[in-house]
Amino acid sequence: MRARWAWTITVIILVGIMFSYTQDELRTTSVLSFSLRYAIPLIIAAMVGLVCERSGVINIGIEGQLLMSAFAGFFGAAATGSLIIGTLFGIGTGLIMGAVFATGAVAWKMDQIISGTIINIIATGLTSFFYAQGQVLPASTPVVAIPYLKDLPLVGPVLFNNGLFTYAAIIIVIFLQIMLFLTIWGLRTRAVGENPSAADTSGINVQRTRFINVTLAGGLAGVAGAYLSLEAAGTFERGFTAGRGFTALAIMIFGAWNPVGAFAAALFFGLTQGVASQLQADEVVDIPPQFINMLPYVLTIVLLAVVAGRVRPPAAVGKPYEKD
Amino acid sequence: MDDELVLEVTGLTKRFPGVVANEDVSLTVHKGEIVALLGENGAGKSTLVKMIYGLYRPDEGEIRIKGETVRLSGPREAIRRGVGMVHQHFQLVPVFTVAENVILGNEPRKLSFIEKRKAIKEVTALAEKNGMAVDPKALVRDLPVGAQQRVEILKALYRRADILIMDEPTAVLTPQETDELLKTMKGFAANGVAVIFITHKLREVLAIADKIEVLRSGKVVGTTTPAEADQAKLAQMMVGRSVLLSVEKSTSSPKEIVLDVVGLSSDSDIGLPAVREVNLTVRSGEIVGIAGVEGNGQRELVEALTGIRKSTATKFAINDENAIGADPHEIHSMHVGHVPEDREKDGLVGQYSIANNMVLNRFDEPEFSRRGIRNMDAVNGLATKLVKEFDVRTPSIKTPANSLSGGNKQKVVIARELSANPSLLIASQPTRGVDVGSIEFIHSQIISARDNGAAVLLVSAELDEVLGLSDRILVMYDGEIVAELESADADRAEIGRLMAGGHAVMAEESSHG
Ligand SMILES: Nc1ncnc2c1ncn2[C@@H]1O[C@H](COP(=O)(O)OP(=O)(O)OP(=O)(O)O)[C@@H](O)[C@H]1O
Ligand SMILES: [Mg+2]
Repeated sequence: MRARWAWTITVIILVGIMFSYTQDELRTTSVLSFSLRYAIPLIIAAMVGLVCERSGVINIGIEGQLLMSAFAGFFGAAATGSLIIGTLFGIGTGLIMGAVFATGAVAWKMDQIISGTIINIIATGLTSFFYAQGQVLPASTPVVAIPYLKDLPLVGPVLFNNGLFTYAAIIIVIFLQIMLFLTIWGLRTRAVGENPSAADTSGINVQRTRFINVTLAGGLAGVAGAYLSLEAAGTFERGFTAGRGFTALAIMIFGAWNPVGAFAAALFFGLTQGVASQLQADEVVDIPPQFINMLPYVLTIVLLAVVAGRVRPPAAVGKPYEKD
Repeated sequence: MDDELVLEVTGLTKRFPGVVANEDVSLTVHKGEIVALLGENGAGKSTLVKMIYGLYRPDEGEIRIKGETVRLSGPREAIRRGVGMVHQHFQLVPVFTVAENVILGNEPRKLSFIEKRKAIKEVTALAEKNGMAVDPKALVRDLPVGAQQRVEILKALYRRADILIMDEPTAVLTPQETDELLKTMKGFAANGVAVIFITHKLREVLAIADKIEVLRSGKVVGTTTPAEADQAKLAQMMVGRSVLLSVEKSTSSPKEIVLDVVGLSSDSDIGLPAVREVNLTVRSGEIVGIAGVEGNGQRELVEALTGIRKSTATKFAINDENAIGADPHEIHSMHVGHVPEDREKDGLVGQYSIANNMVLNRFDEPEFSRRGIRNMDAVNGLATKLVKEFDVRTPSIKTPANSLSGGNKQKVVIARELSANPSLLIASQPTRGVDVGSIEFIHSQIISARDNGAAVLLVSAELDEVLGLSDRILVMYDGEIVAELESADADRAEIGRLMAGGHAVMAEESSHG
């Protein structure tokens, strides 16, 4: 039922894109590129939430993890003059934030929502305090065009002429889809998120599985954060993740806790934003930009209300594991 | 039976806050031997086997497996040493397939990938070899309990367990399934597997055990064999006094109709008709028992009558008050008590204290709260009284309900529902997982509720319980009431035949699943 809906919508959108491409190649390409750029950090951040929740841990600290790693990525790159070192700084910071969150939410069995909130507060505090003005990146991130593929009509310029992070995001999604459903790690992770006590009695170390997964997911948040400051914006401002960590959670739900599903959901969000911006730029509609910027959030709420109750979260999500 | 000692436990002690669950317990198990553990609710049976399976760490004492002293760091190590366990509460992942559940933790692999096809083949072969019919590709949540049980056993066998612990495996099975399981267990023993078997049903113990260990308050109080003991003696050893194993009750004197149902129908979870046009009356002062193989609509009927499940009816009245479309709260306020079949899920809030669970559906009554402020003195007073009256074994009324033993949880639910003096009591499997001493007590409580004028509707998969308690018996098959009998002229064999739809009794429940 759900799957049929998803396919119908996908087909309609694809047909719409084709049609629009026949009408106006340039604009269509630019809207789609914009949409993809908008979606990339949401996709990676949704994977963070997904890995955590599949293991039974709600991570509302993604926002803070993004902010910290965007910060570390930017200032790391600015200080060392190397984008690569900046990226590593971002990922490293993500891992540390992941481990800090895991320590509270898993090892100490603190309330997961509170642990996540603490992460967000720490991140806002630290990044505001150490924020310094006037820093610039040594260079902008390289655009890598994939030979032959880039020459395809429509998909070429949109998909195969991007920064490295974009390719990384797509690889991460496919990688996680395979990991989650075909490997031993995936089976055990899902067992831990569905029924930790069954996993425990099957000889799986629930606490260790959760700790490792939550920490590694932090590393993914690091990738998303580094993307935001190094590739997407090329700068860092206070609080500039602007709620993407929370939107990512909505996307994860909308994608029914499946990597590929979340990928599609994020693209859909990106597309609405892209189309709305284009309409406004063309002065087809005259709406204050604030309302356009609100759109993804309004859409989040509406869509969540529609899908809620139809998708099922991992059964043990949100509960620290106690033996009996 | 071989003489080879495979498990030796000496001086095991395990303490929980406020209770000594096991005290200086010693036990030996040989290859191919079936050892039964008997004991009252809270005697410490589950605690003992959980230590052998590495789930709890003993405070004192020693466990030797196949001659080697072990300090188990967790189930993984126990599994590695050949210990397998079928848990009192199933440890399965409902959204996984049978095969996925069986292999979980010991997956056949190529690099890091699961060899799905191999897993299915292995599970099919294992199931066939042990005569257990399950479809490896079915989702566990779609299976009836009997089949889920088989998955649990397959899980242990898949890990090549040669010490197999079974904690109350028969509590949720139908009589036919139980017989099958006992046969399977005998087969395991014949193949050299040592079996530790926990049950409250003395008949089962006498039928298959080689050795019987009786626990009371955490201590081993006696060891015997089926040859030396009978049911009465075992009950006496467990409880420390003699126990009435059959129900004693006076004849009933039914008065006015309390529950009046005409043409009630309801659907199952997956939307198929589960209860079809049922007519039913229960009068004040009588116990009406519903006999039937589980899965024939009893659960849905009870849920419809208590307002948990949607239903349609021509007439559904409680004390002449219309109850069609009433929600559970409205039905509760018509003085209906409900002992649900699944106490963990529907009967208790595990994290809440026993005291709070005792007033779970009454906390807002004037007796227990005034202007929205709870009167904890009254709550605690009632809880203290009920814990004593119903002999709930707990260190205190503040203990969370989760940490009670299975049977004691059941006593909390029964105590709560009976103490409200319901005019209609709907009791589903009221003594499931309860020890013989407490069964006697719960039965006598239900009878005295009847004698005080309550109308009682009893649903039980335990035919003996239905026969012993009921004044009138209804047989349910495929969603319909197919027969009504006065208990005086009820005949076991006849009811058994009716329960199977009028045909010969078959141990094939999957056709309903
Ligand atoms: N995790 C726990 N925390 C605290 N107390 C516990 C815990 N598990 C068991 N107990 C207590 O230890 C005692 C023994 O419990 P156990 O579950 O071993 O009993 P049992 O013999 O298996 O009873 P039943 O027949 O009802 O299953 C009980 O008093 C129980 O309340
Ligand atoms: Mg037990």
